[in-house]
Order: sequence, then C-alpha cells, then structure tokens
Amino acid sequence: MSTTATVQDRPVAPKANTLELVQQSWIYRFLLFPIGQMLIFIAGATILLTVIAYAIAIAFPAPNPNIDLVTQINRQLPGMIISGVSIGFVYSMIALGYTLVYGVLQFINFAHSELFMVGSATGFVVMKALEDNGVLKEWNPILMILFMLVCAMTVSGILAMLMERIAYRPLRGAPRLVPLITAIGISFFLIDFVRAGFAITRNEFNLTYPVRSLEMFATPVRVAIGETTVNVRTTSIMIIISAVIMLVILNYIVNGTKLGRGIRAVAQDQTMSGLLGVNVNLMISLTFLIGGAFGGAAGMLFGMNVGTITPYVGFLPGLKAFTAAVLGGIGNITGALLGGLTIGIVEAFLNGVLVYYPALGQRYTDILTFSVLILILIFRPTGILGKRVDEKV
Amino acid sequence: MSDIVLHVENLHSYYGHIHALKGISVDVKKGEIVTLIGTNGAGKSTTLRTISGVLRPKRGTVTLKGQNITGMRPHEVAALGVSHVPEGRRIFPQLTVMENLDMGAWNVSDKKLIETRKEEVFTLFPRLRERINQLGGTLSGGEQQMLAIGRALMTRPEVLLLDEPSMGLAPVLVELIFDIIQKINKEQGTTILLVEQNALMALEIATRGYVLQTGEIVMNNDAKVLLKDERVRKAYLGEE
Ligand SMILES: Nc1ncnc2c1ncn2[C@@H]1O[C@H](COP(=O)(O)OP(=O)(O)OP(=O)(O)O)[C@@H](O)[C@H]1O
Ligand SMILES: [Mg+2]
Repeated sequence: MSTTATVQDRPVAPKANTLELVQQSWIYRFLLFPIGQMLIFIAGATILLTVIAYAIAIAFPAPNPNIDLVTQINRQLPGMIISGVSIGFVYSMIALGYTLVYGVLQFINFAHSELFMVGSATGFVVMKALEDNGVLKEWNPILMILFMLVCAMTVSGILAMLMERIAYRPLRGAPRLVPLITAIGISFFLIDFVRAGFAITRNEFNLTYPVRSLEMFATPVRVAIGETTVNVRTTSIMIIISAVIMLVILNYIVNGTKLGRGIRAVAQDQTMSGLLGVNVNLMISLTFLIGGAFGGAAGMLFGMNVGTITPYVGFLPGLKAFTAAVLGGIGNITGALLGGLTIGIVEAFLNGVLVYYPALGQRYTDILTFSVLILILIFRPTGILGKRVDEKV
Repeated sequence: MSDIVLHVENLHSYYGHIHALKGISVDVKKGEIVTLIGTNGAGKSTTLRTISGVLRPKRGTVTLKGQNITGMRPHEVAALGVSHVPEGRRIFPQLTVMENLDMGAWNVSDKKLIETRKEEVFTLFPRLRERINQLGGTLSGGEQQMLAIGRALMTRPEVLLLDEPSMGLAPVLVELIFDIIQKINKEQGTTILLVEQNALMALEIATRGYVLQTGEIVMNNDAKVLLKDERVRKAYLGEE
C-alpha cells in the first residue's frame, strides 16, 4: 500500500500573528481575560439595571410624596452595585460547586448548600476561638481572613469528599433519583448535626461572628463621589477581593493545569479518560474537594458579611446559587460565575427600589428575583451560556 | 512462552444477563499484529474492553507479560503499557487537539519526552499539526481517527488495542491508517491487537487472526491461512 500525498500536504504549522501570541500568553489567558470578562459583565448588568431602576422611578413615583425616588436612587446606586456584586460573588462561588459536580457526574448535589453552611459555621468557630484567646485584635486582619478562609475551605472541602466517597460513589449507576434523595437526606443530617453540636456546646445555635469588635469592620469606608458620600461596607470589599482572587485561581486550575485538564476530560468522557490512565475516581474526589472548598469559602465570607448565622443559613443562598448555575447553563463554569453575579445584582437593585413601595417592600425581593429568573429561563431554557450542555454528548 | 505479551484465557464477560463472551482465549506475541474478526455483535469490542479493564470478566484471566491483570481498573492497566483506542474514536470534544494529545500523555511526566512524542505524532499525521488549537469535536471523522491513534501513541504503549480504526473513513484514509498501523508496529515495535470489520485488509497486515462468532472463537490461524480459507472468504470477505 502506498502512502497518499493528498492527506500529507501542508505539513507546516501556520504562523501565529501578534494578536494570537498575546492571546496565548499566560497573563492574558489567566489574568486579563477572566478578570476582564467579569468586569465587562458587571458593567453591562449594572448599566442595564440602572436604566431599569430609573425607568421604574419615573414611571411609578413612590407613594410617599416627600421622597423623590430619582434622587434616592442617585444616592444609593453605588451602594446597590457594590452589595449586589459582593453577594453575587458569594452566589457564584456556591454555584461553581453545583456546576463542577454536575459537570463530572451529571448529578445535582443538593447537599451542597450545607457545605456552605458548614463553611460558615467553621468561620464562626475559628473567629470565636481567636477572640476567646485574645488574639483577634492583634492579628493582621488580612492574615486573619486568610486563615479563616483556609479553615472553612479545608473543612467543607474534606466534608464534600467524604460525602462523595461514603454516600454517592456506592450509588453510581443507580437511577438518578436515588442519589438525589440521598443528597436531601445528607442535607437534613448535616443541618441537624451542626445544630445539635452548637446546642450542646454553646446552648444556642445563633452564631454571631465577633466582627463588630474589629475596628476595620465596624465602620464602613466612606467614599466621596461628587457631592455625595457613599458608605461602603468593608466586608463587601473583602468578599469582592477574595472572590476575584479565588476565581482567578480556579480558572487557572481548570484551564491551565494537568489536574484541570483531567477533570475536564472526565467530565466529557469518563471511560476514555480511564483508558488513558486517568484515575477517574480520584478526579471526581478532587472535583468535590474543589467545589466544597469554594462553598465553604463562600459560607465564611457570607457569615462575616451578615454577622449572625444559623445552621439553616444554607437554604436560601444554596437555592439561589443553584438557580444561578442553571441560569448560566449547568456544567458551565463561566456560566455559574455570571449567573451568580446576575442574581446578586438583580437582588440588590430590587432591594434598593422596593423599599420605597410600602405595599411591596423588600419581602418581595426573593419572589421577584426568582420570577425574573423564571422569565429568563423561559426564553433561554439552557441558561445564558447553556449551549455547551447539549454539545457535551 | 516468554515472548507472549498478552495472554487471554477462557474469558467470560456479561452485560447484565447478556453472556457476551463465552470463553475467549487469545495469545499475542511480542511484535505481532493479531486481528480479531467477526460479524456485528460477535464480541470483538467486548474482548478489548475486558482486556483494558472497562469490563470485569465473570471468569477467565488476562495476563500481561506474566502479570495477572484480570479485574484491574482501566487506569491501572493503562499504566502497565496497554493503550486502548475504543470504537468510535472517543475524542474529547471540548478539548483542543493539543490537550487531547496531552491527555494521551497522562502517565508521562517528562515534559521534554511529551514534546518529542508530539513531534512523532505530527510526523505520522501532519494534518494534526495544523489543527493544534482546534477543538476535538470540530475535527472531521478522519482527523478524529488520526488524533485517537496519535493520542494512544503518546505513552509509547507496549500493546495497542485498536477497535475498528477504519470505521467510516474514505478509502484513501483507510489505506493511510493501515499503513500507519504497520509503521507503528515495525518502527516502534508495538504489539497490536486489531479489531476490524474490514477483514481483508486486516488479515493482509496481520501475523495471525482469530475469528469470533457470538462470543466464541471459531477459528484461529496464521493470517495467510485464514485469507485462503473458504469459510472465512465466504463469511467475512464477501465472496459467494
Ligand atoms: N453496553 C452494552 N449493554 C448490553 N449489551 C451490550 C453492550 N455492549 C455490547 N453488548 C452486546 O454484547 C454483544 C457483543 O458486543 P460487541 O460490541 O463486543 O460486538 P462487536 O463484535 O464489537 O460488534 P461490532 O462489529 O458491531 O462492533 C452484542 O450482542 C451486544 O449487543
Ligand atoms: Mg465493536
């Protein structure tokens, strides 16, 4: 048999031009691109919502004639944006856990919200211990946040791995409903376990982070924009900075390392990955570890932000983050990030505007948030970036 | 005996209650190309799957260079030097060509060696070099087959299990793929177990062949002998 010439022509790789070289560079792929993407999305979403907020203010003047809604929105806008972005990042970090696990196992880990809760509780335990030992005020606050983050991530990450190993792995290959119900069971178990634990040791399960005793968090940062000064909460800034750093690292792990390549390969074809030498179970364990660690970090940051948490704290953020994951297209990492930001920002704007309509009030925020999501999903059933999901097969 | 690299004895595999392999025994010697032929559903792919650990046999043993590997997990078998290119190519659709090749080198830790191996693959399949940043899922069928074989070669396997490498390819590409299978066998000394629908071409390049029928081996002989065998010609080479 002779080798044919037709399939062997053009053996030289095409020369890359400057733009391509920049795009292939490390800095672009792992810093500029992901951060730029977040910034552009945040800018787009806030501009859109600002326009909508003003439109509402003009179309439906607030029932109280003493309040000029437009001025109020002017004053509150920066605050709404910052709190929206920070809570949005919290949702994103939780949503990543849902989406990563779904990516490798096509299974929704409904106990994921409890990894968030456990992270939150761990953060409390650590901070309280620091306070009880009198070192809380001596430590460098950044070091302290880092330490709390690492603790929360470790506990939640390992818990997630154990969860998979003990409860989900034996059920692989079972009908989908079985691990789903198991997950709900684990969720209840963890809530009660944590509640009982605190009830026994502390005689209460309202856990108040000793945030107020720290000067740094007690007073908001004042930022002057034009004539108005805006109060920005330090915890919001802390959440945004921590989240951006962690998301950049996650993007690097997933897209720039061998481990990440292995996880992506397992998500696309488990059998083939195994044939190439990948220890599939190990990759699945590590996926749970990463997802759990992010959930734990989100829980700890959330706890610092709200101040007081309970063992039931996981439910609502978990539900919203799950919706965020679906909104972004479940299984899609960028989608989870953008979905979380969307929900956070929409929620903050609704909160900001609804206060002025006593007939509705902030109680309606969640209902309206979920309504907006249902609307988006009716028109884009696979989520904002959901195309990937059907391509996967 | 010592030159037998892969020794499969009395293998029984099931899919649920379906008894797919009913006592398969195959020997592959070092440096050989051995082919498994048979009609659809005969159990050819199942045999390869059982060897590489995707499927656990109910009975029987698989021995690799004297080591019993029966029931090992696929990644453990792969680490021992067996590369299995399954039916349907199984390229990672959302990984680039480069990343697909990197996946093939999962067990190779030496970065320089990985680069050399990639160069070797590109020499075999120059077409792939032009497509390094393209997603696997967007390659044509033939390109995917090249990538699948190239990916399997990244570890320099001792034994290569190929499942229907010519499926769905244009005649010109089929010839190329068969050329390359021979080249890999001769130049790299890779032992090959080849499953093929295209029995004529497979027997032409093989040293020996096994004929499977509903989970059993019904014939086994030198490839040249099988090529001349009446029953084989009738049943598998489409002669009346
Ligand atoms: N995943 C599965 N579940 C149930 N039965 C299966 C499965 N895979 C294969 N079988 C059955 O096992 C038998 C052997 O299948 P196998 O894929 O090994 O055949 P084959 O010889 O490779 O055929 P082909 O030439 O069509 O690829 C067939 O009867 C098939 O229906
Ligand atoms: Mg087959």
